[in-house]
Parts: sequence; C-alpha cells; structure tokens
Amino acid sequence: MAQTVETVEAQLEENRRPRWTVARDLTVAVVVVALIWVALRVLRSETALAGLGPLGSKLVQAVIGIVLGVVGVWALFIVANSLVELLPARATAIVRPYIFVLPAVAVVSVFLVAPAVGTIIQSFTEVPEGEGFFYNYVQAFTDPDIRVALRNNAIWLILAPAGALVIGLAFAGLVDRIKRESLAKTFIFLPLCISGAGAAVIWRFVYEWRPPGQPQIGILNAIVSAFGGEPIPWLQEIPTNTLALIVVMVWLQAGFAMVILSAAIKGVAVELIEAAKIDGAGEFQTFVRIVLPSIRGSIITVFTTIAIAVLKVFDIVYVTTNGNFDTDVIANRMFNEMFRFRNFGFATALAVILFVAVIPIMVINVRNLRRQGIGA
Amino acid sequence: MTAETAEAFPAPAAEGTATARKSKTPRRESSGWLAKVLVLVIGIAWTIPTAGLLISSLRPEVDVSTSGWWTVFAHPFDFTQYTLANYDRVLTAENMFEAFINSLIVTIPATVIPITLAAFAAYAFAWTRFRGRSFLFALVVGLLVIPLQMSLVPLLRLYGDYDLTGTFVGIWLAHTGFGLPLAIYLLYNYISQLPKDIFESAHIDGASPFTAFTRLVIPLSYPALASFAIFQFLWVWNDLLVSLVFLGTNPDVAVLTARVSQLVGSRGAAWHLLTAAAFVSMVVPLIVFLSLQRFFVRGILAGSVKG
Repeated sequence: MAQTVETVEAQLEENRRPRWTVARDLTVAVVVVALIWVALRVLRSETALAGLGPLGSKLVQAVIGIVLGVVGVWALFIVANSLVELLPARATAIVRPYIFVLPAVAVVSVFLVAPAVGTIIQSFTEVPEGEGFFYNYVQAFTDPDIRVALRNNAIWLILAPAGALVIGLAFAGLVDRIKRESLAKTFIFLPLCISGAGAAVIWRFVYEWRPPGQPQIGILNAIVSAFGGEPIPWLQEIPTNTLALIVVMVWLQAGFAMVILSAAIKGVAVELIEAAKIDGAGEFQTFVRIVLPSIRGSIITVFTTIAIAVLKVFDIVYVTTNGNFDTDVIANRMFNEMFRFRNFGFATALAVILFVAVIPIMVINVRNLRRQGIGA
Repeated sequence: MTAETAEAFPAPAAEGTATARKSKTPRRESSGWLAKVLVLVIGIAWTIPTAGLLISSLRPEVDVSTSGWWTVFAHPFDFTQYTLANYDRVLTAENMFEAFINSLIVTIPATVIPITLAAFAAYAFAWTRFRGRSFLFALVVGLLVIPLQMSLVPLLRLYGDYDLTGTFVGIWLAHTGFGLPLAIYLLYNYISQLPKDIFESAHIDGASPFTAFTRLVIPLSYPALASFAIFQFLWVWNDLLVSLVFLGTNPDVAVLTARVSQLVGSRGAAWHLLTAAAFVSMVVPLIVFLSLQRFFVRGILAGSVKG
C-alpha cells in the first residue's frame, strides 16, 4: 500500500488500525498543513514570484491561489478525519460530527455572529467624547442627508419590488400562452446574471444626457428629442433620478419575479381554471379571480425577497451617482461613512438601522414559507 | 383508451390537485395577438440596454461619441464600422485583463470553500446525532436574517490586525462566511431528504461516515450542489461591496466590478472604453448563465434569501 493521502481513505474502511498507520497519518497531517502554510506565504509575498515577470507571476499566483483554495479545504477535512480515526472507536464516533460541523460554525461565528454583536455594541459606544449612548442614532435621524437616504430607501422599498412584481407577473402570465416560451423568458431573465456595477454602466449609457442641439447618444434622450422634447438629465434631476435608479433595480429583478411566478402559475390546478371558463369567466377574469389568489404565497415570497435586496442596495447607487443629487441610500452612505469620512461608529449605527428594517420583512417571508410548507 | 395513449396523455385530474399541469394547450388555444405583442414589447425593452452596450463597445471612439449606437442598423452588415480596438485598450492599458484573472482567483475558491464546508455541515446536521446539534443548526440558519453590512466594520478592524486586508485569502474567507448560511440551509434541505436506507446499508458494509459522505452524499446531492455553486459563483463574481471593502482597488488585487466602478469615476465620458470594460466584466456570468440556466432556475426556486 502506497503511503499517500488517497490511501488514507481506503484504510479507513478497515476496522483494525495497525500501529504504524498512526505515525503515517500524523506525518500526512503535518505535511498537508505545512504545504498549505507555504502556499499562503507565497501567495501573500510580494517578492517570491517577482522573477517570473508581471504576467507570469500573475498566472502562477492564480494557479497557486485556486489550487490552494480548492484542494486545501478538502485536504484539511481528510486530514482532520484521519486524525479523528486514530482515537478509540467510541471517541471517534463522538468527535467526528464536530469535525464536520465545526469548520462551518467557526467561520460563521467569526464572520457573522461576533461582528454583528460588535457592530451593535460599537453603534452605542463609539461616540465623540462626552456624548451619550444614542448619539449616533440621534444623528442618523436628524442629519438632513441621512433623512434623505432613509426616505429614498422607503421609496425604493415600495416601488422596486412592486415594479419587478408587476412586470414579472405580466410576463409570466402572458408568456404561458405563446410558443417559444423559454426563449422569450431568457430575455427577461438575462439581467439577473449581470452585476449591479455592470447594470449601472449599462443604464448610465441609456440615461446619457447631452445639451440640446448636440447628438444624443443615450437612447432615452434620443427618443425624447425625436418627439421634440428637451433632453432630460435623468440622473441629475430631482426626483426623476431616484426613479431612474429604481428602474435599474426593476430591470435586474424582474426575471427573478418571473421565474418564481411562472412556476407558481403552472402549478395552479387546471380543473380550477377549466371550471372558471365553463362558468363563463374571460381570460383576464380567470387570471385575476382564480390564478392570482392561488399564487398568493409566491407573490409574497417575490415581494419580500426583492424588498430585502432593495434595502441593502449599494452598487447601483455607488456606480451611477454615488448618492449625489439626493439619490443616496443607507448602504451607500454607510460605505462612504467608512471609507470617505472614516466615521466608523456612525457607520455601525447605519448598519443596525438596516438590520432592524430587514427583520420585519424577514419575519413575513419566513411565516409565508412555513404556510407553504417549505423551510425549517 | 388504450394503455399507450393513457401513458402519453396522463389525465391531470388523476395526478391530484396541486401538481404541475403537464400540457399547456388549454390556454394556448386562445393565445391572442395582444399577448404576443406585449411579450415582444417587454422582451425588446429588456434587451435594448444590453444590446446598446455591446454594440457601442464594438464601435470606434469617434463614432461612439458623435452618434447613437442604433445608427449602425442603417447598414448592419457593413463590418468596417466595427472594431475590437476598445477591447484591446481596456484589457491592456486599463488593467482589465489583470482584473479578470483576479476575479477568477477570488471567485473559484470563494465558491468551492463554502460549498465544501456547507456540505460537510449539512450532512452532519442531517444524518448524525451529536450534542448541540439543533442549537447550532438554528444558529446557522438564523444568520440568514443578518445583512452582511452588520459585519463590515468589526471585520475590517480584525483584518487590519491580522494583515488580511487586500489579500485573496481574506476575501475567500469573507465570501465563505457570508455565503455559508444559505448554502447550509439549501444543502440541508436536499441532503436530509436522501433515503435513509442508503446510509444504513453503507454502514452495514463497513463504510465510515466519511466514506458515506464522499461516496454517497456528494454524488447524490449533485443537483443541489450545482445549483448553489452557480448561485454563489455569480454572486461572488458580481459582488462589488465585499471586494471594495476587503480587497480594495489596488490593480494587483482589484476584481472586475471594482475596476469597472473605478473607470466610471476616472473616465466617465469615455463610453467606448466603459462599454467594453463593462462587457468584459459580464462575459463569464453570461456564459455560465446561458449554459447552465436550468440549474440556475432550480437554485432560484429552491429559495434565494441571501443575507
């Protein structure tokens, strides 16, 4: 039997463990950990790969990084498991589940639980000298800029999910009746794989404004001009600009709404629809009276899921206007508080406000999923 | 009715009430021209913005800044009006090639690591008994509620202390942390539904839980793993916030989205470059999406409640 990592697994199936395998497994463990450590050093070192030239070092870095990330995590699990198997059989049975669960639990503890607690505490304690615990929150609700951002979040929260829902529902209802259904769906669906940053560039170009008389290269102002109107500075003019940004979100999310609602509509029992038709209901009436109530759960899922995404919207605003001209939203403001103003205490308060706003929507979402029999 | 036709046209009523309609013919009969027109209008409206970007990225600088992209349709097959010069420029002079490689370095491990951790954890939560199991499971899934903004400030400080800011390892771990709750939730839902018998017979055959995991759970959970993989891949590739916070805009490490947003700031009027750069950042998601649409749809239907 060759003494490699692969054979560790074959060996696991034997009930007896000869003593020499203890030494072997320990050696393998040490070698794997050492290899990962060396790869990490190389990846972080600025000089180790300098001899390969800029392109060469970049590509070698890519290979090391990808292999390290992908193989490393598996190697660690295999090694940890082989070490656990060295214990007496009963101890192995008790310890092994933790080997499987604890890496994930440790990561979420470090990256979500502890920071979330820290954020809540810091939002109260990181205040200027001599100010009270609620200073950051009082600021947040009195600062005129933040109030604009909160107001904008509220507008987004209503209009963006509603817009995506209406378009998605209309499309899902209509596309059910045409040939080439899946091709038609692809066009609505496609923006879902486009990044917020990419969408921001796409729509900045759609909204591009030139002074009247110059050729308009943005399609929207070209259309406005063609009908004899004055070109509109969509992203500068208040309040048009916030609506213009919400359109970007609707454009991105309508495909999501359509997928969920289309599946739900297909799940409506056909005899219900047939019965309505026999009773003389028209197409539209059947849709409103029979189909819509039957897919109520899915409609709530779509609305709440998009609403949560909308509350946290950052990249669209950051790349289009960066919150200028009264278009700011909380997530963008928080980023700027962190990186532009170095105002970390205030940034944590904004995060907590965002969190508190998400909770009720999450509750509606989870209750709704439970009613549908999905979820834990 | 013969057995053959009965098989070809199963009666919907026989399948119970809430099952999916097998045939769409009942509604297609009445397909009005209005439905077709509306679908066409929405479809075109949804495609125009992206089409404008793609066409502009292929036009020379002078043309892009002096005439609308739709003017190419006057002579759509006059190929002298198209050029790849913008792509050449953004990939070399504007660092987009480097950013492309950086995006790969970030995204592939940031997809595989959370899936691996989540699959092991979901398996243990579903099929092993240990102290604290239900508490830990509730904790992990409950974290779906927490927006990642709640983590940014403390993590940024932690990263500062351990020199992790601006490193690939740092961003892999961040994306892993943010992706894990959803990954565990989705994979648990799938893995816990696997038939019990297979684990019992594996045990009788002397397979250890680790072997059962690698030989049975991973291959059998392939649809759920694929769905989440695509989901996480697109999420990480398209992410801007996490990469700006933990990786930054230094060209050595900056990913495509960060680079595109920088270009908008520095060259906001150079539409020939911006359009090409944006398209470079979108190519991989588009390919992944168009080739694996089926899994993507399945993943969305399985629940997208990303924190």
